[in-house]
Amino acid sequence: MGSVGAKEVPVLLTPDGRRIDGRRLDELRALEIRAGPLKQADGSAFVEWGANKVMAAVYGPREVHPRHLQQNDRAVIQCKYNMAAFSVDERKRPGLDRRSQEISKVIGEALQSVVFTEEFPRTSIDVYIEVLQANAGTRCAGLVAASVALADAGIPMVDLLPAVAVGKVAGAIALDLKKEEDNFGEADLPMALVPQSGRLVLLQMEGHMTEEELGTALDLGVGGCRAIYEKMKAALRDRYSVAPIEEAAR
Amino acid sequence: MIPLSGRYIPKPGDVVVGTVTDVQTTFWLLDIGAPRWAPLHMTGTPWKIDVGETDRYLGVGDSVVVQVESLEATGRIGVTMNGEGLGKLEGGTIVRISPARIPRVVGRGGSMIQTITGQTGARVAIGQNGRIWVDGDAEAIRRVTEVLRMIEANGQRSGLTGRVESYLLATTPTGERGASGPIPPEDREPGPGDGADGAPDEPAWGGDSADPSSFGPADE
Repeated sequence: MGSVGAKEVPVLLTPDGRRIDGRRLDELRALEIRAGPLKQADGSAFVEWGANKVMAAVYGPREVHPRHLQQNDRAVIQCKYNMAAFSVDERKRPGLDRRSQEISKVIGEALQSVVFTEEFPRTSIDVYIEVLQANAGTRCAGLVAASVALADAGIPMVDLLPAVAVGKVAGAIALDLKKEEDNFGEADLPMALVPQSGRLVLLQMEGHMTEEELGTALDLGVGGCRAIYEKMKAALRDRYSVAPIEEAAR
Repeated sequence: MIPLSGRYIPKPGDVVVGTVTDVQTTFWLLDIGAPRWAPLHMTGTPWKIDVGETDRYLGVGDSVVVQVESLEATGRIGVTMNGEGLGKLEGGTIVRISPARIPRVVGRGGSMIQTITGQTGARVAIGQNGRIWVDGDAEAIRRVTEVLRMIEANGQRSGLTGRVESYLLATTPTGERGASGPIPPEDREPGPGDGADGAPDEPAWGGDSADPSSFGPADE
């Protein structure tokens, strides 16, 4: 897009079904997950998903701060999603805004639904999600990172939470939107799945879709989540597998 | 289910190393790396303390060896300092490792910890919560810390005691004071297949720190 007018709508879908970065409608962006990069946190994960780079750190269960949030029968999950000032082209004003408060809330609630919080009464599980580089779908990337970090922290959960956004781009339902598709597309539908039960624990929508399109989108998203689920499990297996002993160490 | 990592989950009978985070008139709150702070009541100490005098014995930042007594449904963790090997820690340094690795630090029948203290002359107190108190000269502390990091990184591998021993022998400073010689072969760790289950549940003590009289009241 070398054109001067930045608002010019790019070609989002070619006649032969290729998207702006050459993907098919049902293809995910490249996804890489690393469990446990942060030593000091109880659990952590780093996710690179397309051009998104997201770090998640989990502390706890630990004492609740501030105290009045303490629950006598379960742990509270305090989730903080934050975008770095340098995570987008135009500097993001640092700190809490409406968007990050909302995302913190929905991610925290999604996690709350899978963590066995009643095992740790009067404690807090603090989840920090830092978006270092953003390119659409950061709430899903953040949730994937947070979920792997919780597992890395040894916190008992029903299941991992894969998440992905499906959208409507140039009239077609497409999996895992990137920035241009999100900006110029007609709809965006992020979702998070509990793979074992098939339950959705996060579902939001922006834009318009027909009922029929929504059905297609949900099917596509659930399929995407299942693929992401495998990568999350692989990341954890990788973290805790034993490498063969090098000869030098003997 | 036993997690491979994560916070220390307390179990009655565990001996743990804790740090005072708050002082109240009749008890202290200890950070033992568990989900909650553990209250240590003044009656749970070997000292005769009047109400309001707790701060004369332990202040914020002081470290202690205590035993987990009780776990309540509320998540409250009861600890005591009455018992052999329990008390305030003076001097030394605390190394934190994953609680999941503690059985490897102890070794089968205490073989690993005997090797470490024997080869370095350091005094070591192992908390089941992954906090390990080490005291001795600077070089001994450095070597023990190194070895603990090594164990943490190689926790799932077999033959660790042998590797630790050869590392310590290779790094023995010349003119080492009369530390014990190599451990007898029968104390060595068995081969593959021994996981975290090889270690005793009992607290393991190394060096001369097993003598409870080495711990005294904080003041005077």
